[in-house]
Amino acid sequence: MSVPPTYYLALAAALFSIGVVGVIIRRNPLVIFMSIELMLNAANLSFVAFGHRLGSPDGQALVFFVMAVAAAEVAVGLAIIVAIFRVRRRLSVDDLNLMRW
Amino acid sequence: MEWVAFVVISLIALGSALGLILNRNAIHGALFLVTNLGSIAALYLMLGAEFLAAAQVIVYAGAIMVLFVFAIMVLIPGKEETGPDPRRVWRLLALPAGTALLLLLVVMAVTGRGPAPGRPPATGNVETIGRLLFTDYLFPFELTSVLLLAAMVGVLLLARRRA
Repeated sequence: MSVPPTYYLALAAALFSIGVVGVIIRRNPLVIFMSIELMLNAANLSFVAFGHRLGSPDGQALVFFVMAVAAAEVAVGLAIIVAIFRVRRRLSVDDLNLMRW
Repeated sequence: MEWVAFVVISLIALGSALGLILNRNAIHGALFLVTNLGSIAALYLMLGAEFLAAAQVIVYAGAIMVLFVFAIMVLIPGKEETGPDPRRVWRLLALPAGTALLLLLVVMAVTGRGPAPGRPPATGNVETIGRLLFTDYLFPFELTSVLLLAAMVGVLLLARRRA
């Protein structure tokens, strides 16, 4: 007996919600980024589950693109964090209230 | 059987996700995220997406997490590894655990019988996706290369030390 896709979607929803909570409650920008990765992965999981359900490979192709965008996003985001850290010498999103440095 | 695997992997995924957002140590959070990404790769395997499972391990657990750990190391100075070892027992367990893993792998390699009989040979999951990427999704695929190039240049610009 195979697991119906609904369960995969429920798991993806739970992981996405955990990621949202992480973005809200954490102050360390690195952990916030990791929570964003969590949310991207939850979305990917639901893509694959839907693709499996519909018997179509398009879901997997979309996940491929999400992975590429996530890689670029992480690289740029971490570079921004490092640049901010060079100026501020602290690592907390509560300090970041200006869009300049 | 599939249910058991699904429940176990789901619990691992949920537990590691909670560990990521509740743990104060960023390095521990990164390790939790690696666990989470690995369990999601296992779920991809269960959904018949072998290519994505491999890509997940290589791209996320490999490349992205290395970036994260690197950034954590640079930005958050940790305690240096000096003084008495606080987890001596755990480190003494490392050698038996490694030996057990080696034995397990050897036993599996010796007794393995290849793909289960009665199942059709893999229908070319990679081939399907590759064909799709280079026909229907050709334009987004090419855009991805531009995006990655732009990210690379942008990162170099941002990380450069100001003169």
